[in-house]
Formats: sequence, C-alpha cells, structure tokens
Amino acid sequence: MSELFKLTLSDITAKLKAREVSAVELATEGLALCEAAQPKLNAFTAFDADKTLAMAKASDEKLAKGEGGLIEGAPLAIKDLFAVEGVETAASSNILKGFKPTYESSVTAKLWDNGGVFLCKTSMDEFAMGSSNETANTGPVNNPWKGPNGEMLTPGGSSGGSAAAVAADLCFGSTGTDTGGSIRQPAAFTGTVGVKATYGRTSRWGAVAFASSLDHPGPFAKTVKDSALMLQAMSGHDPKDSTSLPNELPDFVAAVGQSVKGLRIGVPKEYRVDGMPGEIDEVWQKGIDWLKAAGCEIVDISLPHTKYALPAYYIVAPAEASSNLARYDGMRYGNRVEGTNLNATYENTRGAGFGHEVQRRIMIGTYVLSAGYYDAYYLRAQKVRTRILQDFEQAFEKVDAVLTPSAPSAAFELGSKSDDPIAMYLNDVFTVTANLAGLPAMSVPAGVDKDGLPLGLQIITPALDEETMFKVGAAIEDSAGFVAKPDNWWS
Amino acid sequence: MSVTADDVRRIARLARIAEPTDRIDTLVGELNGILNWIEQLNEVDVDGVEPMTTPVKFPLPQRVDEVTDGNCRDKVLANAPSSDEGFFVVPKSVE
Repeated sequence: MSELFKLTLSDITAKLKAREVSAVELATEGLALCEAAQPKLNAFTAFDADKTLAMAKASDEKLAKGEGGLIEGAPLAIKDLFAVEGVETAASSNILKGFKPTYESSVTAKLWDNGGVFLCKTSMDEFAMGSSNETANTGPVNNPWKGPNGEMLTPGGSSGGSAAAVAADLCFGSTGTDTGGSIRQPAAFTGTVGVKATYGRTSRWGAVAFASSLDHPGPFAKTVKDSALMLQAMSGHDPKDSTSLPNELPDFVAAVGQSVKGLRIGVPKEYRVDGMPGEIDEVWQKGIDWLKAAGCEIVDISLPHTKYALPAYYIVAPAEASSNLARYDGMRYGNRVEGTNLNATYENTRGAGFGHEVQRRIMIGTYVLSAGYYDAYYLRAQKVRTRILQDFEQAFEKVDAVLTPSAPSAAFELGSKSDDPIAMYLNDVFTVTANLAGLPAMSVPAGVDKDGLPLGLQIITPALDEETMFKVGAAIEDSAGFVAKPDNWWS
Repeated sequence: MSVTADDVRRIARLARIAEPTDRIDTLVGELNGILNWIEQLNEVDVDGVEPMTTPVKFPLPQRVDEVTDGNCRDKVLANAPSSDEGFFVVPKSVE
C-alpha cells in the first residue's frame, strides 16, 4: 500500500509543488491502486489511463515552471454523475451505458482548471436514487469498513463509490452530489468528510439531473481542510446554470482553524428519533461537549417540521425526477429498445433501461403531478418545504450553526434494507432538511460505535455562510481526533 | 388515497414505462406504502403558506437572445443510438 496515497490533499499538493513527487508518478500509482482494489470494492465504473497521464504530465509541466492551481497534480475520483469529456458517464444506469459526453461538466472543468487530475469515475446509486449504492447497474460498492464478523457493509449512497475511494486512500478527494443526503450519509458511513455548500454555489451544468431544486454537487475529502480546498476548487458562478449563485466565493480554506469561541450552536430536539442507537446520541453529546469546551454557547432549539421533511422530499424529488428523466427516450442518446410503434419504443426503452428503484420514483413523481393529485400532493409538499425553511430561518435568529448526527445509524449490511423502500428512505432523515432549505451542511467523522464503525456529526449553517460551517467542522475534527482507519483488505 | 393495479398500469403508461406485468402487485404494495407514509403531510398547517419551488432568492437571470453555441453536429450525434447522413434516425411517428 502506497504511503503517498495516505497523505491528505493539502500535504500532497505541497509535495507536488516542492517537486518531491511528480504528478505522473502519483497518477501512475493511483491507477494501479484503483485497479487492484476494483475486484474487492467495486467502486469504479470507468478509467481512461491516457487521459489521466496526459493531465498529470500537463500538471508536471506547470509545476516545473513554478505555476499551477490550487490542487495542481492531485488525482481525483469523479462520481459517475458528472460528464467528463470522452469518458463513459452513465449515472450507473443501463439507459446511459456507453454514453461518452462530448463536453465537460462545469464542476469537473473547474477542478481541472485548478490543477486536479482525472483518475476515475465512481459508482453510485442509479441516477443518484438510493442510500446504499445497491441500485447501481454495476452492483453494490463494498465499504472499506467491514462489519464485526467480516460482513460486507454499504458505503452509503448515492455517492458510495466516491466515499469508498477516499476512505480507502485511493485518491486525494472526490466529487459527489447530495440531493437528500447523498454526500453526507456516505461520508458518515466511511469516516470521511462530506460537504454540500449553499444551493447554487456549485454548478449543476453537466451533472446528470435528478431533482434540480435539490441537487447539490460537493466534495468528499480526508480532512475538513481538504474538503474546504476541494469546495474552493469546484465552486463559483456559472452562467450555464441559471440557479448558479453570482456571489463572490469566500475563502473557505481560511475559515478552517479559526476560533469558534462565542459561536451559538443550536441543538434541535427533533433530531432524536425513535429507535436511534444510543451510540449516535452519545457521539452527539460528545460533539456538544467539545464545542462547549471550545467556547461555544449551546442553545436548545426546535425545528418543529423536521418529521415532515422526508415525506415532503419523497413528493418533491420524484416529481422533479419524473420530469427530468423524461429526456431518456432513446432517440438522441442513450440506449434504445425498438417497439412496434413510437410509443412502444419509448416504453420498451425506459422499461429496459431504468432499474426498479428509478422506475418506482418516476411513477411516484408521475402520480403526484397527475391531474387531480397535483394540489393534494405536490403543492402541499412545496408548502411544507417553505415551513421547513422557516424553521431554520427562525432558528438562525438565535444560533450561528446547528449540530446534529449525520445519519441514524452506522453503515449497515448490504442487502439488509433493500426490500423496504421506506426503511431505506429513513437513512436521510437528518440530512434531507438542508436540501429542502438549500443550506450548507457537512458531515465530519466524530467517533466509532461498539463495532469500530465510523459515526459522523452534521453541521448546518445559514445560506452563504459556509465559513462558519468549516470553522465548526474543524473544531469537531480537532476535538474528536478521529484517526481510525479500516484494515486494508483491498490492495 | 390508494392506488390499484389499474392505477399502476395507467401511471406506467403516463410515464412511458413498459407495463411491468410481473411486478404490478409488488408496485401496488410499494406505492401504497409510500403514499400512506406521505399522508402525514396533511397534519401540517399550510394555510397562507407560499409554495417553495427553489432555494434561490434572486430572479432568474436573463441574457441577450443570441446564438452562443453551435456548429457541432457531429458532437450532437456522437451518442445517438441511430444516425445517418447527419440526422437522427427515429421510428416513424406520422402515418
């Protein structure tokens, strides 16, 4: 196992800059590590070694001249949701199998502009619809962390491959997308840091759409500082996304390590749910104690509509998805299955191309938008969404940040929830509120449970205030001193 | 509200998904499970509340209506399931 790949993004970029290691050496090693791990973790969907090495060579040339961007030469893993020019981008779906974009997503374009090197595409739940990576057309990803008796665990989802790649030290950072928790829940399950910024900070252009008003691209990283660096390198205004924020980017990295003294931290009573393991409660209490010791003021708050967030999400997200996914008709791109007439061709194409979970969500979305049901379901859910935002707006009059657990459990065994859609949906009970409200939120590893599996804490802050999120995240990271790593069984 | 097997067939047709004949009963159960769970939204007082369509608080940006892209026919056709002579080939849709 490579010692270099155990380093953080911040450390490797310093080494690259100092020419202690070349980007080509690093990329070559990264490709070998990922290739060796693939039969065990099943985390990757595509490689393009020529592209990787060409990008690394270009980075070396820049670095040799004393030039280069924020993350020059660092190999990154990219969720299969982001279009990478010339590399298969299928959103882990059979309907897009073989699709090679002739354009680059804005998020990856920004990462490459800042010096990132494409290493691989990572597996995900099909069209980002899932919380365990089990709906991927290439099968589940295995979490680098195993259960107490060697059980294979889910890395979470939907960005499971990207989380696993960072947790297994196979890259220095990765991209994910978070529509209901798809970055933060896998981050919590793999002992990594996962961030989604304010809605609109990161462009959705060139990322396969799931639910447009909820989709947030963001990074996975090994440390809070690395996550700030990744977010810095992938954010910013994009005229190609009409919901992209025109606001100037703060210096996210500079916020890491700043004092949290005097910050008011809200602890919402509604985030203590039935059946939640005591260990989740304990790690939450530890987080509260750490922040208190760091000089924060702890404030009990109420977010009364929390329990309605998931049901509202399961109307709004499928409704948007059914509309977005209408584009997969087998005519202009994607795979076509011919029928006896045009409608039959559409139906066969979509029946064969979409997996069961995606079909289920399209059908729910179609139903709640259909004549006679729109007001009762969709319009009501949108109003409940307003209530959830108002909860946060009222809370943020009294506090600067909200601290909660990231997920209601540690990573669970593959297959244990796949027969019960609602049990699976409940994974996102703590994360989905920040998507509905569009707020910055991150998961930071904070401890382990009795089986030694990682647990995460979530920090939510007001819109546009990622800096406070990073300050609090770094304070939790410092106090937690989380150094646990899974035993390496994949290389 | 609950859905029947006929509703599931109708929804599948609306969504242009081939009728999942061997999964109709499963889907009836799953969709009803999800819809019953969603019913709890009826407890929320939403009188006078505006629906939220996006977290973005500024108006949709506009730009000058001019051509900014184009002349890339081959790129557009690159992933077509079927194309010929610079055109998409699609099933006959007009008799």
